[in-house]
Amino acid sequence: MKFLCVECDQQMAFAERELPGDGTLAATFKCPKCGRVVAMLTNPMETQLVSSLGVEIGGRTVPAEPFEMVRANVVTTVGLSWSADAQERLSRVPSFVRGMVKKIYADYARERGITEITPAIMDTARAELGLEGM
Amino acid sequence: MRTYHQLTDPDRSGLLDQIGAQRRRVAERLAGVKRIVAVMSGKGGVGKSYVTANVARALARAGRSVGVLDADLNGPTIPGLLQIAPNAPPHPPAVGLDGVKCISMGQFLDAGAPLAFTGPAAESFVWRGAMEASALREFLGDVEWGDLDVLLLDLPPGMQRYVELCDILGNPPPVLTVTIPTPESRDAVRRAMRAAVDHGSEVLGIVENMVGGELQGTAGDDLASEFATPVVARIPWHPTPDTWDQLAARLSGAQRTADGAR
Repeated sequence: MKFLCVECDQQMAFAERELPGDGTLAATFKCPKCGRVVAMLTNPMETQLVSSLGVEIGGRTVPAEPFEMVRANVVTTVGLSWSADAQERLSRVPSFVRGMVKKIYADYARERGITEITPAIMDTARAELGLEGM
Repeated sequence: MRTYHQLTDPDRSGLLDQIGAQRRRVAERLAGVKRIVAVMSGKGGVGKSYVTANVARALARAGRSVGVLDADLNGPTIPGLLQIAPNAPPHPPAVGLDGVKCISMGQFLDAGAPLAFTGPAAESFVWRGAMEASALREFLGDVEWGDLDVLLLDLPPGMQRYVELCDILGNPPPVLTVTIPTPESRDAVRRAMRAAVDHGSEVLGIVENMVGGELQGTAGDDLASEFATPVVARIPWHPTPDTWDQLAARLSGAQRTADGAR
């Protein structure tokens, strides 16, 4: 992927990369002639697709560690637990949708680096994801 | 307005260079491996992993240095077959029965847990395949095998992982195909063998597994005739160590013949 400053007919140069922590990515590119800056914003799915290639936007500054992608991206149940209150609340969800609801909360937690799911986390997730009633 | 290929300034991200570095890493890591053999089948449940683990052990008993890369990322069974402890560290590679080295996704997963990746849950099918291919690349590029006579790659059912393997290695590996006697297996394995031949893989032979029981058919002979390749073993329901030793000896002989022909 390259960016062209059409007005100057110049290839824009990579300037900066930001990872806001919500799965999105922002990379800025600057025209070396006129100084105009544009930002490339990717949604979580697009960011993940790039990540899955094992490459770094902006270039690699340190060599890859062994099994870097696997260690960083494979989900283990270690590190994600449910408090007793959260488990009790989950048990009140009708059984035919309980699995789906549990996965939604677990995905929400993992995507944000949350290690324990509590009723407060569930409330926040419901509000953010528009899941009132679950 | 200029097009992509007309923009020639250096790309600071160097994405293509990074991909190139990944490929060099795989080549460097496998430099000490004399022979890579992919064990494959187009059909699930024919005993690919069982055959892989037992051939590996037989080769090791015959004095070969052997490694197994469990490329069945979603259903890793090699650690269990080689009696490697769950979560055994992958670096350096774990060592199982008869001294066979092993790398498997099973070493990264909790007991009973399915393979899942972090990332946006919605439409994960878009990126999950790329993640699995990347994991395979890391297995090939990050394991310090050292000098190996043979590295066996245990592929899952279907052809996707084989195609990824060809892309990562840059050279289609020789394949050993596994079938059971039934016509259904024959038809599924035929497609896989055809794909392997079309990619340029050498077919070392066919292992017909689960022979002598209730499974009826002539899949091994049919495929052997069709692809002009030998049935290198017919594995009964209750094989003995001799069964595997004979298969390993036959594969070693085929390798010597192939090496001599070069």
